[in-house]
Amino acid sequence: MPVPEIAESFTGAVNRVTLGATKENGGTRSSTVTVGGARNVVYGGSPAESGEKPVVAMDVLDSRPEDWPDVLIEPYKDVLDKPGDWAKKCVEEYGAELICVKFDGIHPDTGDRDAAHAVKVTEEVLNAVGVPLVLWGCGYDEKDNQVMPKVSGAAKGENCLIGTVTEDNYKSLTAIALADSHFLITEAPLDINIAKQVNILASDMGFPLERIVTFQSTGALGYGIEYAYSIQERQRLAALGGDKMMAMPAICDVGYESWRAKEAKLADAPGWGPVADRGPMWEASSAICLLQAGVDIIRMRHPRAVATVKNLVNQMWQNSNA
Amino acid sequence: MIIIGERINGQFTNVKKAIAEKDKKVIQELARQQTEAGATYMDVNVGTAAADQAGAMQWLVETIQETCSTPLSLDSQKPDVIAAGLKVVNAENGAILNSTPLNRKSDEEIFDKYMDMANQAGPKVNIIALTMDKNGVPQDIDTRVAVAAEIVSKAMEKGFDTERLFIDPIILPVKVPNAQVQPGNILAAIDQIKYLSEPAPHMTIGLSNLSQGATERSLINRVFLAMAISHGLDSAIVDVLDEKLMNVLATAEMLMNKQIYSDSFLKIYASMNK
Repeated sequence: MPVPEIAESFTGAVNRVTLGATKENGGTRSSTVTVGGARNVVYGGSPAESGEKPVVAMDVLDSRPEDWPDVLIEPYKDVLDKPGDWAKKCVEEYGAELICVKFDGIHPDTGDRDAAHAVKVTEEVLNAVGVPLVLWGCGYDEKDNQVMPKVSGAAKGENCLIGTVTEDNYKSLTAIALADSHFLITEAPLDINIAKQVNILASDMGFPLERIVTFQSTGALGYGIEYAYSIQERQRLAALGGDKMMAMPAICDVGYESWRAKEAKLADAPGWGPVADRGPMWEASSAICLLQAGVDIIRMRHPRAVATVKNLVNQMWQNSNA
Repeated sequence: MIIIGERINGQFTNVKKAIAEKDKKVIQELARQQTEAGATYMDVNVGTAAADQAGAMQWLVETIQETCSTPLSLDSQKPDVIAAGLKVVNAENGAILNSTPLNRKSDEEIFDKYMDMANQAGPKVNIIALTMDKNGVPQDIDTRVAVAAEIVSKAMEKGFDTERLFIDPIILPVKVPNAQVQPGNILAAIDQIKYLSEPAPHMTIGLSNLSQGATERSLINRVFLAMAISHGLDSAIVDVLDEKLMNVLATAEMLMNKQIYSDSFLKIYASMNK
């Protein structure tokens, strides 16, 4: 008997998603970003199967962050109160491919700002940069349901990625995202079964599966990254196996999660090396780990970590069909 | 699971009548219903009544393809009827040639002929090969596996990708005297056949044959289907319009970790096999 061919091949693929609408498509973005399209596991198969390059979405907060460590404040110290300038800096100086506006300031515990504030921030950032936007609520359902539909409306037609919707709170944002022609982030708490269910629920409301990006929740290095890794990997394998309810590109939140780790920010730790390096390294390591599991969009914060990750992506994906 | 819908078969009275009267609507409606119910492929069998079987096969294929894009399984033991179907089938969409034994007394090369036809038709055309040879249908486990091994070996020699090969270990009616040992034999055969190559050939069965003439047909079919899936069956020719059976199929696949569980796993199953 001849030796059989054992190269792994798959029947399914990750959906391709193009974020942002330029003038021709009814928006005001100067560029679009396409992610997804992988037809194999990361680094598996031929370069043509690796799909689009993963991209970095840099975080811009709607309100001045109160709990950021000095190392993270430093690069943004002049723009922390000016989301538009902040976004511009991320794009022009640090090469952000997407801007993720994170509306922490609307949370009742961290400012309780209203919809008018959120709309103003959205418009400021839209005017300041030409890259596509990610618009991300505060995670407090009641407040998100009040504010995020207004944010969605302020960016109508821009093909933003907006979220998040969960198994318990999906109806209002799903409906408005559909009406305003945005892409939707479905969120699950590191639980693949719930992840699939949220996608089904959004799909049941008529939201096209091809316009969904999944957020499985993220754990940073040392804080549950193995759970995030295995879920991302399982999602990719399900997509490759033809599971249409799991074939979406994935976004992860490495910036916030990495900078929560004490190893990233504790200044008074002589045995751990200089704090100025530790945080960016922690963030970059977490991001690179998750890249290997198959995430498509990485939310990040520190410019040095972003530079490291973009450098790696540009080297590893240089032969892809992106 | 690769689900082959069995309803477009001339042995059913309504299909037989539709073929005789060239009534497209009956056939197109069956195609629509089976597609909606989750058929990955649809079997097309002209039955025995039609005088011109090749012509009837072409009419069925063309009629279905007018309104439905679900790939077809051309079902005949006669190579010329299959060849007639292949002339009009949309092979780029995928198709199955159903089916051929390893060999026949009257035709030693029949399996080769099917492989040649499939290869000519294109890379998405698959074959169902029965664990049956010129000596007939084996009754025991070992002969089934031995015939399957010859089938796999022949396919590999010819460079026919084993992923395009479906092996059908032939399920016999349980009601036939002394046949009650057969379902167990089929499971044992599946256990072994799936290790014959890497990637393994697909395993399929004509499920409804199991309950021919018996009472509680649907129950018998779906219980055995769950048992066979647990042994690695990854395809079956079934009545996709039997909702209880399809629910068992979805549940068994989920329990075998072939589908990621979600609270809506039953509801979405039909759309997952496309």
